[in-house]
Amino acid sequence: MSNNLDYPLLSLIMFTPLAGAVILLFVNKRSEDMIRWIANVTAGIGFLVSLPLWFSFDAASPDWQFVQRLPWIPSIGAEYFLGVDGFSALLVLLTTLMGVIAILCSWTAITERVKEYYIFMLVLQTGMIGAFVSLDFLLFFVFWEVMLVPMYFLIGIWGSDNRLYSAIKFFLFTLVGSVVMLLGILAVYFYHHEVTGVYTFDITQFHALNMPFSLQWWVFLAFFLGFAVKVPMFPFHTWLPDAHTDAPTAGSVILAAVLLKMGTYGFIRFSLPILPEATQAFVPWVAGLSIIGIIYGALVAMAQHDWKRLVAYSSVSHMGMVMLGMFALTPVGITGSIVQQLNHGISTGALFLLVGVVYERRHTRMIAEYGGLSKIMPAYAAVFLIMTMSSIGLPTLNGFIGEVLILQGIFVVNKWWAAAAATGIVLGAAYMLWLYQRTMFGAVDNPKNENLPDLSIREWATFTPLIILAVWIGLYPKPFIDRLDTSVDRVMVRVNSAYAPVNVEDSGAAASPAALVRDGEVDDAATPVRGGAR
Amino acid sequence: MELIWLIPLLPGIGAALNGVFGVRYFSKQTAAAVACAAMGGALLLSIVAFVELLGAEHREHLVELAQWIPPIALETASGIGAFEAPWAFRLDPLSGMMILVVTGIGSLIHVYSVAYMDHEPRGGYVRFFCYLNLFCFFMLTLVLGSNLLVMFVGWEGVGLCSYLLIGFWYHKKSASDAGKKAFVVNRIGDFGFILGIFLVFFTFGTLDFRAVAEAAAGMPVEEGTFGVISLICLLLFIGAVGKSAQIPLYVWLPDAMEGPTPVSALIHAATMVTAGVYMVGRNAVLFTHAPEMMLIVAVIGALTALMAATIGLVQTDIKRVLAYSTVSQLGYMFLATGVGAFAAGAFHLMTHAFFKALLFLGSGSVIHAMNEEQDMRKMGNMKAYMPVTFATMGIGTLAIAGIPPFSGFFSKDEILYRTFLDNTWLWGLAVVTAGMTAFYMARLMFMTFYGEYRGPSWGAAGHADGGQEAHGGQGAHAHAWHGPHESPRLMTAPLQALAAGAVIAGFIGVPAALGGGNRIEHFLEPSFVAEAAHAEEGGHEEAHLSHAAELGLMGLSVLIALGGIALAHRLYVRRPDESERLAADFAGAHRVLTNKYYVDELYDATAVKGTMSSARGLWTVDRNVVDGAVNGTGWLTRASAWVSDVVDKYVVDGLVNLVGRICTEGSYAFRRAQTGLIQNYAVATLFGVFAFVTFYIAVRYFG
Repeated sequence: MSNNLDYPLLSLIMFTPLAGAVILLFVNKRSEDMIRWIANVTAGIGFLVSLPLWFSFDAASPDWQFVQRLPWIPSIGAEYFLGVDGFSALLVLLTTLMGVIAILCSWTAITERVKEYYIFMLVLQTGMIGAFVSLDFLLFFVFWEVMLVPMYFLIGIWGSDNRLYSAIKFFLFTLVGSVVMLLGILAVYFYHHEVTGVYTFDITQFHALNMPFSLQWWVFLAFFLGFAVKVPMFPFHTWLPDAHTDAPTAGSVILAAVLLKMGTYGFIRFSLPILPEATQAFVPWVAGLSIIGIIYGALVAMAQHDWKRLVAYSSVSHMGMVMLGMFALTPVGITGSIVQQLNHGISTGALFLLVGVVYERRHTRMIAEYGGLSKIMPAYAAVFLIMTMSSIGLPTLNGFIGEVLILQGIFVVNKWWAAAAATGIVLGAAYMLWLYQRTMFGAVDNPKNENLPDLSIREWATFTPLIILAVWIGLYPKPFIDRLDTSVDRVMVRVNSAYAPVNVEDSGAAASPAALVRDGEVDDAATPVRGGAR
Repeated sequence: MELIWLIPLLPGIGAALNGVFGVRYFSKQTAAAVACAAMGGALLLSIVAFVELLGAEHREHLVELAQWIPPIALETASGIGAFEAPWAFRLDPLSGMMILVVTGIGSLIHVYSVAYMDHEPRGGYVRFFCYLNLFCFFMLTLVLGSNLLVMFVGWEGVGLCSYLLIGFWYHKKSASDAGKKAFVVNRIGDFGFILGIFLVFFTFGTLDFRAVAEAAAGMPVEEGTFGVISLICLLLFIGAVGKSAQIPLYVWLPDAMEGPTPVSALIHAATMVTAGVYMVGRNAVLFTHAPEMMLIVAVIGALTALMAATIGLVQTDIKRVLAYSTVSQLGYMFLATGVGAFAAGAFHLMTHAFFKALLFLGSGSVIHAMNEEQDMRKMGNMKAYMPVTFATMGIGTLAIAGIPPFSGFFSKDEILYRTFLDNTWLWGLAVVTAGMTAFYMARLMFMTFYGEYRGPSWGAAGHADGGQEAHGGQGAHAHAWHGPHESPRLMTAPLQALAAGAVIAGFIGVPAALGGGNRIEHFLEPSFVAEAAHAEEGGHEEAHLSHAAELGLMGLSVLIALGGIALAHRLYVRRPDESERLAADFAGAHRVLTNKYYVDELYDATAVKGTMSSARGLWTVDRNVVDGAVNGTGWLTRASAWVSDVVDKYVVDGLVNLVGRICTEGSYAFRRAQTGLIQNYAVATLFGVFAFVTFYIAVRYFG
């Protein structure tokens, strides 16, 4: 464990948005433009201070990086313990970037209770970053709960139509999941005390814990409920379309890009390495639910008349893909799963931004209200095309990299699962292109659409980084994949006893796969029958 | 040859320039110049690379540009492998031939488009050239890709460009429908392709074409069994069937004619649709190890060739005839690969690229001249108005019909000959198809260029009744139409160049029976075999007929082709009434053919409707069952909250209040005692003491 810098980077990243929120408290609520400027500048600084996570990160090191450790509640062993690996570093970067974009896209969209809005947005940022960088399970849980509150108000106050119903649904769903999850955390906590005599919430200690299978099984279920709701996995997904549809644009963007990743992050950080045997036992179940989610989400998306709800259901489908890759429990599958989490943040975040652009102009999300926008808003149509292609996994864009890794990763485990999941790619093309056709192509037969202005400079500024990322990951994903090596290894050594981490590239193993040490030979019974994961 | 990566990149840069800056700032001329220069550069580089390849000892060159997907450990059938895919390009005889075809014909079509698309407004014009360049970028990536994943990049990319260009006039619903149909049907094929890629990696631990071929060469031929290689080939072939429009996924190609004609020529005739054939050829070693799959490929090819040809017999839209003809000719190519004649398939791919691009551009020239009219029944006698178009299309027709010495004769005859050696049934189908090909192409020529002029009159009237390819909506076609006319030089020059190609391209593959050396076959051979096998055998032995028998077969197919042309001449030039009577006599068959065997209707009723209704059904389920459970839980919670509330209010709180009440009421009772008069208290005390003493004595002495 190390800190690559001489200042507490993670705390700085985490508290920068909160500092902005505190400053906003003292600003007169009628100086709305000043509030907007302060919020935007804070988010911008928040992104800039997070950049060392990219530039000073040591991809080759298997240790936790930028670690900061202080006592918090010594009586129960809880600590203020922060640190990241490649996986969480990338998610934090995604969070700070999406924070800038979400706050920037709200400039003209939010005109009421401006001050409160930006305060909630900034507090939400702190909550999300905190959850990703916490290495103390209790601290994680606190942040996990903290971010619920601002999101609840963002949907409930600045949302549309059915906002109260959606906000409460979102809140209760997550709360039920997290209460059960807390029980699971406590079970691990007390078990750890039982075998070591130490009270701690230190995740790195938990990662070395070998719990009996029966206990793992129950704890897995408890974690599963908490995380699966957040992902969301079928059949716990119904809060998502409502929350997305009624949230303000920025809320949807953050929800899709970052909040959903909490669930998948939880699985990879906690469920898999802490509960490896239970994870293996649950593979068929989780894979089954994921595949149902992929196909079901895609089909239901096809039936939507509401643009935003369509994108929301496509999220269900894509997150099913993320879960499937993860539960392949192969290095390729897990890498793909993580890459796809970033991709989903980029593409779906952008798709929600795109809906927001026309919603702000027309105040309707109904697909039938649009048509022929290519002619009126050509730049908008071009951006939408790129993001549609990214979402349906066109090679040279980011989505393809994630999908191909996930499907290849699951293919070596079970060919039928891969084939079933791949149908989602066909359906994805169908519903997205149909959406594109209905909104962008055809004649402009709704006179209300005739004078819509094309993208403004501010709107361009929100899309440009996402387009660059989509192309970058599509053409040259190596820097991202390299950063994930050790994160994936950390999970793999736990879920597959036959797996010995060897950096394939450095050892020249690409040429001779035999260089991968196989230390599971002695105990063949312990080697899972699944073909994958070494 | 080190610079072969520039060949795809140049059109890519062109597309980027036009896409990023062009739509804003470029004039039409600048946009066209950028696009054409990019293609010209790519053509030049391709020629240089090809010449170098010819001179090289070892005709294979690999350029690895960068890592794309870095190696990640993954289990394979034979232990742990590393899943990886570099950005790498491979120049070998097969890809060398293909880059010449793509850049050569691509350049000509770019030039042609400069004039053809001239009446598009600036925005659309720039967009068109951006897409066209982008297409060439992806097509060249597909061709040069050295591993399956890079090929897949090109494969999907050309699909995107095809989608964009078919739907180029997106304000028309039919155009955007056709684009979407093309993309989705292709995705069904890609579903098979990508699974095939996964299985290749799982089986061989690599995605590199050469490595896969070498590994497969060491495995036994799956004679009479359907093993893993056969499964790989089946999955890959599903992809090929989608892209190259074979049964059962051909339905998108005829609809794709909604796109501008240069697009039909380049993408939907000469290059993209042949990608499936190319992909099968690239994996020739795999396919030769799966004889059962080879038979399936051959049968699908032959059936598709025949089926499409029969539909082509009765179509009246000039582009649709050519579209079905393309499907049919692609069937020939698959037939060739299916019988193991990979080189013959590739040869036909090349000659077809010339004459079919020529025919499409010629039809575009006619459509242009007829003010966007595509119905051949409204044409006629066009040879009087457009001699260059007529002559060049005539050459194209003779080439596709297989009349010597035009190029189609050599390539098609090679296929027929090799099919005859392999399977006489399939040969029979192919010969019948050849007759039909000659017939429908001659019919097209006769209906368009001969007979009476049947089109609208011209003059001040300007717009005729709207053609199918109307460019309207964007204020195009402001100019009045002055009757059919020969197309401008920029359009006829590419026609002449392609016609020259259609004449001479066949001579590189003159068979031994005619005194040639079939040079193309020997040139391409290394691409279709594993290196080890190639080095050992040198030339491989196979069944062949005597030259006399070969010449006899040749003569037969030429006779059949001539017969087809003669029949068309009788039905459409000498006795036009006879064709109508024939159509009336066989009304049922004619209707089935005109409606393309109702396959579109069938797919619509099953696949499309099925998907849509299951989508709607699941949406209902989602709202009422899955979310119903959630809302039900919510309702239950609220209901029990209400019950608790009632219980709380009336039972729990009731008890509390009861206690309070008792106290209150009690206090009212007891208040009376609180009189404040000392004598009352004294009396009460007295009674109390008395009672206590009585009680005490009673307990003490009687208890």
